[in-house]
Formats: sequence, C-alpha cells, structure tokens
Amino acid sequence: MAAPMLRWCCLGRRWVLACIDGGSRHGRGAAIGFTSSRKRGQSSVAQQPLITAQKSRKGEHKWAAVVGLEIHAQISSNSKLFSGSQVHFAAPPNSLVSFFDASLPGTLPVLNRRCVEAAVMTGLALSCRINKKSLFDRKHYFYADLPAGYQITQQRLPIAVNGSLAYSVCAGKKPSQVITKTVRIKQIQLEQDSGKSLHDELRSQTLIDLNRAGVGLLEVVLEPDMSCGEEAATAVRELQLILQALGTSQANMAEGQLRVDANISVHHPGEPLGVRTEVKNLNSARFLAKAIDSEIERQIHELENGREILNETRSFDYKLGCTMPMRDKEGKQDYRFMPEPNLPPLLLYDTASLPPGADPQQVINIDWIRERLPELPSETREKLVQQYGMLPEHSFALLNEVGLLEFFQNVIKETRAEPKKVTSWVLNIFLGFLKQQNLAVNESPVTPTALAELLSLLDRKAISSSAAKQVFEELWRSKGKTPSQIVSEKRLELMQDEEALERVCHAVMEGHPQVVMDVKRGNSRAINKLIGLVRKATLSRADPTVIKEILEKKLSS
Amino acid sequence: MLKGYVPPYNATVVQKLLDQGAILMGKTNLDEFAMGSGSTDGVFGPVKNPWSYSKQYREKRKQKPHGEKEDSNWLITGGSSGGSAAAVAAFTCFAALGSDTGGSTRNPAAHCGVVGFKPSYGLVSRHGLIPLVNSMDVPGILTRCVDDAALVLGVLAGHDPKDSTTVQDPVKPFTLPTLTDVSKLCIGIPKEYLAPELSSEVRSFWSKAANLFESEGAKVIEVSLPHTSYSIVCYHVLCTSEVASNMARFDGLEYGHRCDIDVSTEAMYAATRREGFNDVVRGRILSGNFFLLKENYENYFIKAQKVRRLIANDFVNVFNSGVDVLLTPTTLSDAVPYLEFIKEDNRTRSAQDDIFTQAVNMAGLPAVSVPVALSNQGLPIGLQFIGRAFRDQQLLTIAKWFEKQVQFPVIQLQELMDDCSSVFEIEKLGSVSLKQ
Repeated sequence: MAAPMLRWCCLGRRWVLACIDGGSRHGRGAAIGFTSSRKRGQSSVAQQPLITAQKSRKGEHKWAAVVGLEIHAQISSNSKLFSGSQVHFAAPPNSLVSFFDASLPGTLPVLNRRCVEAAVMTGLALSCRINKKSLFDRKHYFYADLPAGYQITQQRLPIAVNGSLAYSVCAGKKPSQVITKTVRIKQIQLEQDSGKSLHDELRSQTLIDLNRAGVGLLEVVLEPDMSCGEEAATAVRELQLILQALGTSQANMAEGQLRVDANISVHHPGEPLGVRTEVKNLNSARFLAKAIDSEIERQIHELENGREILNETRSFDYKLGCTMPMRDKEGKQDYRFMPEPNLPPLLLYDTASLPPGADPQQVINIDWIRERLPELPSETREKLVQQYGMLPEHSFALLNEVGLLEFFQNVIKETRAEPKKVTSWVLNIFLGFLKQQNLAVNESPVTPTALAELLSLLDRKAISSSAAKQVFEELWRSKGKTPSQIVSEKRLELMQDEEALERVCHAVMEGHPQVVMDVKRGNSRAINKLIGLVRKATLSRADPTVIKEILEKKLSS
Repeated sequence: MLKGYVPPYNATVVQKLLDQGAILMGKTNLDEFAMGSGSTDGVFGPVKNPWSYSKQYREKRKQKPHGEKEDSNWLITGGSSGGSAAAVAAFTCFAALGSDTGGSTRNPAAHCGVVGFKPSYGLVSRHGLIPLVNSMDVPGILTRCVDDAALVLGVLAGHDPKDSTTVQDPVKPFTLPTLTDVSKLCIGIPKEYLAPELSSEVRSFWSKAANLFESEGAKVIEVSLPHTSYSIVCYHVLCTSEVASNMARFDGLEYGHRCDIDVSTEAMYAATRREGFNDVVRGRILSGNFFLLKENYENYFIKAQKVRRLIANDFVNVFNSGVDVLLTPTTLSDAVPYLEFIKEDNRTRSAQDDIFTQAVNMAGLPAVSVPVALSNQGLPIGLQFIGRAFRDQQLLTIAKWFEKQVQFPVIQLQELMDDCSSVFEIEKLGSVSLKQ
C-alpha cells in the first residue's frame, strides 16, 4: 500500500496529523488500519500508535479526543454486598447463591459492613469527599443474569464524590520525561454485580451462573479528562495499584475483578464536544489502550468522511482489533430508578459526630479508617526514590510487577552492594529473565538471597560483571546451588594476583606488536583489542578495568 | 406465578411462632399477590365469608321476600387477607397471619367479625413476607379477641437482622393491662373520614362508640387530617410503582411458573409473566412502570412521596396536640354479596374500600379493627383505632377496653355444625382463647 506513514501523536489533548515520511501520497482507497507501534523504549508506557490514512486536502487537522471511564472493581470481601453467600472465584456454577441472590420472594437485603469500609477507604485514598449520608436505589432492566429484575446501586447520592487520581505518562521519547497528570473522580458508588450468562450457540441456549450475582462492586467514575488510550490505561493501572495496596479489591482484570467501560468522543479544539459512544466491558489490560484508540480513530474517520457518530454502545472485538456495535442494546434504556425501600439511608460518622454509647459493630468512623490507611503506591514510589536514589521511572517499574518490590527489598536487605546496582540488576536482568519465560516473580527459580549473594560477590570484586551474568544464568537453570558454589565450579573468580596478571599483559603485548603500535600511534580503540586478548588469555577471570590500568601503565612506559 | 412453589425457608414471623410451639395448620387464600379488597381474585377462587352461613345472617334473610337458593348469594370476606380472617372467624384456628399494605388485614377483620391488628411499620419483621409495597407492608395479626392479638404481637415484635427496616430496640412480650378508667384519654374523630359513601349503619355505630367513650369520662374531640382526600391517589401511585419493581423478579427463571416458550429470553419472560399474573397484577405493573419513567418520575412518584409526607405529618400533628388514639370506621358498610361485589372491577373496589385504612399504611402507624356489633342484616361491623407510632401496646389496651364494653356476639354456626357428628358447643368455644 503506497500510502504515507502518518503518526498520531498524543500530545496532551491534541491529536495532530503529521506526515513524517516523504514518499508517495494518495494511496488509492487507503483504509485506516491499526499497525502496532514499532518503537518501544525501555519503559512500557511509551507507545505511539501509528496509523495509515489517506491524506486529506485540508492539510493539518487537529482533533481532540475525550475519554471518560467507568471502572467496576469487585470488592475483596468474604461475603456479598447484601447477602451472606461467599465470594469466591471459579467455584462450581450456582454453588454460592443465597435465597436473596436468587431473588426468592420475601428475601431482603442486609448491608455488608466490610464493603462499606472498602468504599470509604477507596474514597479517602482518592481524595474524595465521603458523604456521611448516602442512599441506595434500584435500577431496573430485564436480563437473565439479573434475578431480581433490578440492580441495587447508588444513583442519587453515592458514598464518595469529587476526588482525583494522579498518574504519570511519558511526555517525550526519553523514558525519563515523566509528567504527572490528574483525572477527576466524579464519584464512587456501591452496587451489586450481576450473574454471568454463557451463550451456547450450538444448542441455542443460554446458561446462567449466579455465583457472581450480588457480589459487591465499587464503581469509580472518572471524568472525561483523558485524551487517549495510553492515558486511560495508565490511569486504570494506577487505580489497580491503589486498590491492591488498600486491599479493597484484588483488581485482577483477567479474573474479572476489574472491568472498564469507556466513554469516547472526538471534536475539534474550540468547538463543542462531539457525540460520545460507550465501549463496554474492556476486560483486558493489554487491549484497553488499543480499544480506546481504535474507537477514537473510527470516530475521526467517520467524521472526516462526512458521516455522523451515533450515541451507541459498542464492544471491542479483540480479533478484528476494532469496536463493533452491541446487538442487544437497541434504543435508549429507561432504568426507572426508584429508591430502594428496604435499605434505610447509610449514615457514616467521624470522631466529632459519633453518637456516644454507639455500638461499634453498628457504626463506621471515617476518621478511624483514615488513620489506618495503608501506604499508597505514590508514597511508596516517592520513598524508593528518596531512599535509594533511583530514577522515578524505576520506582514505577518496581511497583508495576506483582511481587517485584518485595523481591527488591529482600535483596537490598541481604547485600552490601549499592542500591543502584541492585535496582539495575533487578529491573534489567532479573525482570528480563522472568519476562522471557513468562514467569511471575513468585515463580522465579532465583531467590532474593541468591541474588543478594551474587551481588555481594560482584561488589567485592570477587567476580567480573560478565562472570556475574554467567552465574545468574546458571542460578536460573539449576536450583539449589549458591552463587559461590557456581563461581568455584566454573572457576569464575577474578584473578586477584596482580603480578600474574601483569605477566599475562606483558605476554599479550609481546605477542601483538602491531596492536601495540596502533595504540601508541593514538588509536584509542585499539586498546580494547588488547584488553579483549588479555581477557581471553585469562579465561575472563580478570577485571577489565584492572587490565586496562595495567596495559595503560605498560604502554605509557 | 407461584403455583407449586414451596419456599425453602420460613418467614421470620412464622419461625418465631413455631419456636414458641405454635402449630401451623395451613395456608389461607387471598387476593393474588395481596391486590384486592374482596379476596375474590385468587387463583384458587374467591373466599366465602363464614357469616354467610351464620344463624344471625340467615334469620335476617328469611324475612326477605327473595327466594334465592341457600348458597348462591354468599358474602365476601373483604380482603386481601380474607382467607385468614375467615379461618379465625370460623373457629378453624386461634390466630392467623395476614398482610396489611392498605388495610388488607383490617378490612376482612371488620367483615368477618374478628380483631385485625396492623402493627407499627418497623416493629415486626418483613423477612419472608412477599412484598407488595415494601415501604408500607406489615404482617397483620387476626384473632378473636384483643388479648390474643397482644399475645401474638409479643412473640413477633422485635428487631430482625434479616430485615434492615426493623427498629433496633428490643421488645419483650407483654400482657395488656385491664383499663378501668378512660377519663385521662383523648379520642380523636377525624372529620374528613365522614365520607358520603359511608353507610348510615356504620356511621351510627361510629357515633355510638364516640359517645360511649365520652360517657365514660374520656375526652372526645373532632380533629382534622386535611390531606385525607389526596391519600387514595397518592397511595395508588406509590403502590403501583413499588409493585412494578417488586414483581420484576418473577420471570420463571429461578423458581415458580415458567412457560413453554424458549425461543428467546425476552419471549420467555413475556409469556411467563402473562400466564403467571392475573389482570389486576398486570394492570398495576403497567401503571407503576409508567410512573417510574424518567419523564414522569418527578411529576408522579416524587410528588406522591411529598404528599405522603404531608399525610404522615397530619397524623403527627394530631397526636402532638394531645390525642391518644383516633377512632374511625374500618369499612364503608357490612359485607356485600359476591355477585354484587364483582360488578365493579378490582381497582374500583380497592379505591373505594381502602378509604379508611390506607392512610395508616402511608404513615406507618399501628391500627386495629375491633368488631362492634351486628348490622341490620346480622353481619359484623368493625371500627378502627389508630395509634401513635410504636405505641402498639397503648393502642391495644384501649381496644381491649372497648371490646369489653361492646360485647360483640359470637358467630352462631350451629346449623352447619349440626351436620357434623361432633358434640362441642359453639358458645363455649367462643370464649376459648390463647390466654389460659
């Protein structure tokens, strides 16, 4: 396809169409495709989507995309929001269903205290105002996975409002150019999850599993302050980390504990906002940004070709890589909201307003919860930077992988090597090996103790850094051996005998007079060849820096 | 919809009775989903008022020139808990449970000559009560005398963790004191309850009752509940809205009736609900959904809630001015024959018959219907006492005093009994109650 390569750059809120390659133009019937980014920096956040498009006549177009999110996080609790049945992933179908969950007539909701606490904790962590009085409502619609024909949610007055979430994106090409962005949080509300329906096309039937029906959800509504898939994905990631740090949700997208719906529209800056579409049920961290970006492109493409955007609900087709309208959402739904009459208003207290003699089992004190909030990811990252002098993006990387921070801290505890060295080894070599074999940190064959020992050896200059890498490989392959064992087995100890080393250097110099001449003539690169020869002669058991010193001394004499 | 459905759990009120050694004799008939004021619209057929077969009624009827067949013109029980009222009236059991959302316990109690008690909202658990209007429903108690009602209430009242709308304060079983001196009482007579449709007989008994209190030294005053006239419309809006919501769960998927259609989920839902609900229920669902639509919500539902607050405040104001209880009719007249009752549709009848009872549900107050005397036709007439919220004990105490004064006659079902070979005497049975 002879179409020009155009790059969509997400510079703040602007989508700028910039032609970066010269070459032929106006490919015939060039369709808008989505080619994945080829440029990946060290950091996984620096992705720039590329798109091929027909160059339009107007020249430079400015489009701005507006993305808002509704995130549903399953609350990590023993029992459901309004009933006593257990919350458990992957249990046999319909084995965790109480009479209330199955909507048997006469059953009534009873509010779960832990879920309320989880909502308060999350609200406080996201700098929200906690509403001391909040209300429950019924949202009606008919669907097989909603036994009661309505969902209990908080539409009128949710438990927390007006917060903010800070996240960091890479501004430029360098991974170190990190800027902090904020997205406003409109509200957090408690609501019930629905059951699961599985469509069996073969037998033309739908199977309903109500295990999930009634599980507590926190719906976090993010205002449309984001402008592209990357920002949205980063914000979601940060929210995940916060929820996991608080313990209020495990927020594992693969297990359905975190689901995202995106509201997307595009417009020309300065003009009013465009019609928005809703892309529902984005359940994969990997495809979140892609789905949003593909919808943005679709909208731009439609508008540029004179068509209109319908206010509709769409879903993301992973295989096709684009959004499709959802079949069963025809027309606008009227949810006929009504106050939930079986639940009185939810009243929360703080230390000042707590009624005297109140039963502690029956009241929740916001101040008490605030005092006991665990450390948030942003705090943890800040501490890492302060304590270990690492770069901000390293602190992000450490927190980004489950268990990595703990691993890192365990290594630090057991070695005297410099934190920067540890950071580098953990993030580059250790993490690299994990990723290569698609392992989680807790599946690593190398323990923190082993790595700590290895780094200590390196720090003492008992081995060279290339030897260290060899040892690491061996540690990875064969369990049970300590680094010291491997070093002695493979004879990787650095030569400590400087006199012997001098003799080798001398021998090499004698054996390669031409190279020596090159060095003396001023070819600075030639010395590397000498160093290489010495290393070879010593079977890599000599420290290259020491070799260089000796050679330089000899050459200058 | 629930034909053949056997619930896998007991309602709290049932469990409490069973825990105290009560024996469950059976389940009684009612209007479908408690919607109706005649107990005529149930899937098992209408309920017949035992007084239709009483000596008192039949004797009066022989004076009439009509030559109808013995059983063709039987009377309704009132509703919707007609089966329970009939069971108690016919000596089938000592007590029965009903529900009361707009008068469904008090109405049949009045028509069947038994005590029908509606507790304060929040006093008795609704866990297990199939909801009609969650914010107005309470389990009702039907007995032959006020002491029995108090006994049952003592067992049932109190906080239930399974029902978040019950009050937290603990309630202990109690015995009603026997009131001898009513001179400290203030009885209120709401003037708006003097409805034009009220039969002259009921009006006359109402007057006599007021005079009785006065003659015994109580203060009897006329009071005003100014928003009474709006109450039936307000009730209709709120009731149908909640009904539409509460009935949404009946889809045949998890329990109950399911139709044979399996083309699609929607087709299955539609057919199941059409087959499983009668016209009355479907009508209310459609109305309720209309009121809950986004464009109508403000004008209907919210407005009705505001009017409801005004109605509740009317009562509060009256009680705050020193009134202890209100005295009103329970029904417009004595029980009518079934054939006459069904000349009007369910909705019309409900609107007519709930007139004295439903404002009480909107305000969440306790109320009790006490049988007073027999009408000219030999049928029971009851009067209603309404008390302050959570002063159920005081209400029943006054009702008990009144009951003693009026000495309502025992139903004489001897002719029916003569056919059986059992030997017990009905008069003696009339004085047997739970309180030994």
